[in-house]
Amino acid sequence: MALLDVRNLRVEFPTRRGVLTAIDDISFDISEGEVLGVVGESGAGKSLTGAAVIGLLEPPGRIADGEILLGGRRIDNLPYEQMRRIRGKEIGAIFQDPLTSLNPLYTIGRQLTETILTHMEMSPTEAHARAVELLAEVGIPAPERRIGSYPHEFSGGMRQRVVIALALCVNPRLIIADEPTTALDVSIQAQIIQLLKRLCRDHGMAVMLITHDMGVIAETADRVAVMYAGRIAEIGSVRDVVKNARHPYTQGLMGSIPLLGHEVERLEQIRGAMPRLTEIPNGCAFNPRCPKVMERCTEARPDLLTADATTRAACWLYDQEPADA
Amino acid sequence: MTAYIIQRVVQAVAVMLVVALVSFMLFNFVGDPVDNMVGQEASYEEREEMRENLGLNDPFIVQFGRFVINATQGEFGISYRIQRPVAVLIAERMPATLELVAASAVLALVLGIPLGVYTGINRDSWFSSTILTVSLVGVSLPTFVIGILLIYIFSVALGWLPSFGRGEAVQVGWWSTGFLTVSGWKAIIMPSVTLSLFQMTLILRLVRSEMLEVMRTDYIKFARARGLPDRIVNFGHAFKNTLVPVITIVGLNIGSLVAFSIITETVFQWPGMGFLFIQAVGFADIPVMSAYLVLVAVVFVSINLAVDILYFVVDPRLRADKAVAAGNSE
Amino acid sequence: MAVNELGDVRPPGLIHRFLDSDFFYSFRRSPITVVSAIVTLIFFLAAGLAPWLAPHNPFDPATLDLMDGFTPPVWTEDGTSKFLLGTDDQGRDILSTLMFGSRVSLIVGFAAVIFSVVLGVGLGLLSGYLGGWLDATVMRLADVQLTIPAILVALMIDGIARVLLGGHLGDTTAIYVLILAIGVSDWPRYARVTRGATLVERNKDYVAAARVIGLHPVLIMVRHVLPNVMGPVLVLATIGLALAIITEATLSFLGVGVPPTTPSLGTLIRIGNNFLFSGEWWITLFPSLALVVLVLAVNLLGDWLRDALNPKLR
Repeated sequence: MALLDVRNLRVEFPTRRGVLTAIDDISFDISEGEVLGVVGESGAGKSLTGAAVIGLLEPPGRIADGEILLGGRRIDNLPYEQMRRIRGKEIGAIFQDPLTSLNPLYTIGRQLTETILTHMEMSPTEAHARAVELLAEVGIPAPERRIGSYPHEFSGGMRQRVVIALALCVNPRLIIADEPTTALDVSIQAQIIQLLKRLCRDHGMAVMLITHDMGVIAETADRVAVMYAGRIAEIGSVRDVVKNARHPYTQGLMGSIPLLGHEVERLEQIRGAMPRLTEIPNGCAFNPRCPKVMERCTEARPDLLTADATTRAACWLYDQEPADA
Repeated sequence: MTAYIIQRVVQAVAVMLVVALVSFMLFNFVGDPVDNMVGQEASYEEREEMRENLGLNDPFIVQFGRFVINATQGEFGISYRIQRPVAVLIAERMPATLELVAASAVLALVLGIPLGVYTGINRDSWFSSTILTVSLVGVSLPTFVIGILLIYIFSVALGWLPSFGRGEAVQVGWWSTGFLTVSGWKAIIMPSVTLSLFQMTLILRLVRSEMLEVMRTDYIKFARARGLPDRIVNFGHAFKNTLVPVITIVGLNIGSLVAFSIITETVFQWPGMGFLFIQAVGFADIPVMSAYLVLVAVVFVSINLAVDILYFVVDPRLRADKAVAAGNSE
Repeated sequence: MAVNELGDVRPPGLIHRFLDSDFFYSFRRSPITVVSAIVTLIFFLAAGLAPWLAPHNPFDPATLDLMDGFTPPVWTEDGTSKFLLGTDDQGRDILSTLMFGSRVSLIVGFAAVIFSVVLGVGLGLLSGYLGGWLDATVMRLADVQLTIPAILVALMIDGIARVLLGGHLGDTTAIYVLILAIGVSDWPRYARVTRGATLVERNKDYVAAARVIGLHPVLIMVRHVLPNVMGPVLVLATIGLALAIITEATLSFLGVGVPPTTPSLGTLIRIGNNFLFSGEWWITLFPSLALVVLVLAVNLLGDWLRDALNPKLR
């Protein structure tokens, strides 16, 4: 049984121009200890998916349809207080900007012990000791001393480590990491990625790694889901998707990444731009830009169809059955 | 930290000196002080003698120095209008004003801050909307209109509360207080409500808007993502972060109260410094005006200083050394 | 989008775009704002056209009859339809005095705000562009002045001006002094905002480029900073108008505002206050109501403007 099972999730935003469907019927799952990358352009709906899973959709956004199951148990329709207890304890989250993620007025020690004591029964001294351990584990030097420091006294990379420590401190089974390295220097990014991978392994945590950076995904994830205009275009093992993408969109993405050692005259580009959520075309959302478009694509939206052993793609190219079946 | 405080104190003193200078120039060079004091019939010799006595022929710096020294001792000369020493006039009236200001400040804070926090957290409840509408009306009602309205309802129509004066004041040492008599309490209700209303609504709206801003920050989102209970998120994290701007406003509030007390005292004929000042402005009574100027400056400057020091206590970022705060100590 | 005869598509005209915009939409959606706008408009019209619209001229002694004095409003027992809202002690029609009074209040208010805006924006531009000691001084001054309530500043300036001009001011001078006093009491907010915007623009490349070409940089700053700053300044000005009206009313109520020959709403309230206890409530109530409604309407407009122009709160 998968740890996280998302079925037919649909997230809507009622606006004055009508209802905006930001996430339109997506399904995926994450197994224990697995890292699922969620990749796509800005506005494709990746962060919203993460927010929906952890129950922090900002109103007026709401889950209009579908189910989210954690360990077989539905969590999308839980009352606030029950969901609050799951947050942090079973599902953790880290966000993009470590500077603004930490409350500037409290020491990191205070923020750590507060979280620990909320979810676990122990004395303040024990919580403090545990906090120091955690800081050491994420690689903060001299943790006993620095536990009394304030967030602004750390550099960006160190701050993100603190954020990770905070997300981990009560051992959640799943972490939603929303662009965890985007705001960091390139040299620090690698360190943080390594840290995340190690912690995952050591604690048996699953990660939903949301990013627009394919490089990070290739390094870190086991499987990847490619999102486009609020839908999943392709989902499969990282090796296969990167080496041998099936969906034309993913192929376009891979083709547009410059590779060291390969000489090309021009970078490949996907014609056009991702449609605005109010102007999603009929049928497959990618059809206006697709080099392999067929008539069917403009009429009916494809489900995720099996493209090969480990990958599924939402593309009519992989429809095994004849069209009129 | 001490460097910060010393810097602030030095600035405060500098501002005071500038104000003293303005006040001094007002006092000595606007119109002719001798003319003002002596009248038309005095002879030339009498005027010269007076000039010499007042030291008006001494160099500027000497006169200014004398003014400052006198001011620090509370010596401001004699009121043109009332012919009594300004210092005495002010001392007589200060307790009335201060008590009014204190009562209003307490009212404004005790109601304004909690309501502001509530409407910030519960954005969409009907109670919040009601409070906000009432507060908007409160901001639009000039102080004197509120005063008149209250007088009409509670004095004229209902006859419950006195419409002017301070009631019976009891002399305690050199302070006269209205808080020890029933009539004193009755008399202070309407003026303090009037005075506090404007400030209360301002505080409310400011606290609310700060809370709304803070509630949208990443660290609040992260705190929720860690499953912290609402009480801790709202008060421990959100509210504490609104404190810095709120403290500023509270400081400003006390200062405003001193200024708006002028109006309230006029409407209710409350025997305070503000009322004295208005009469001075209408009469061009310079000694009183310049004394009031200095006094108000003292109040404002000391409040600003206190607020600056309070920032320190609340926001650790200010305590940090510049070098460490730059943050790249990796 | 309209299609013309040749089959080309023409973009919708300016008015159409405005009516379809988010800005106008939020205006339409909020009935309170629409009502406020209408009320404010009524006031402006009544005040502006007072000399022609008012049923009586309250300032022409020839038309006044003391016997008409203390007439209550038309709906009470002794009221008459000649004086819809009653008369004051001198027989002046309250409705007319309201209209003329609003006129004075609005004129002084507007003039003061325009003065503040010009002074504040000007100082802000200079301060932001030139920097250095000018910037430091102006900003320090603004900071200090911001801690002092407007009414106090206005009072001080009014008092000092009176003293400087020799005690008794002629009527026109009194109004100018008043406008100056209220205007000076509110410039810091505009200066701060403008300075901020100027600093942002000053460092942009096109300013350096324009300087290279030889364009006068001040002209560039004005052309590029002003549009950026107009939105916030407009919001501040609307609220500033409400503040100016209140300040003027307060000063007039205290006796140090407009001269008695051109009474504003504040003066009317002060006069009426004398008769509150003897039962002629209408002499002070109607001017008070008028003042409150006007200020409330302007405040509501300002509130809506601020929310409509603030991208963060949407």
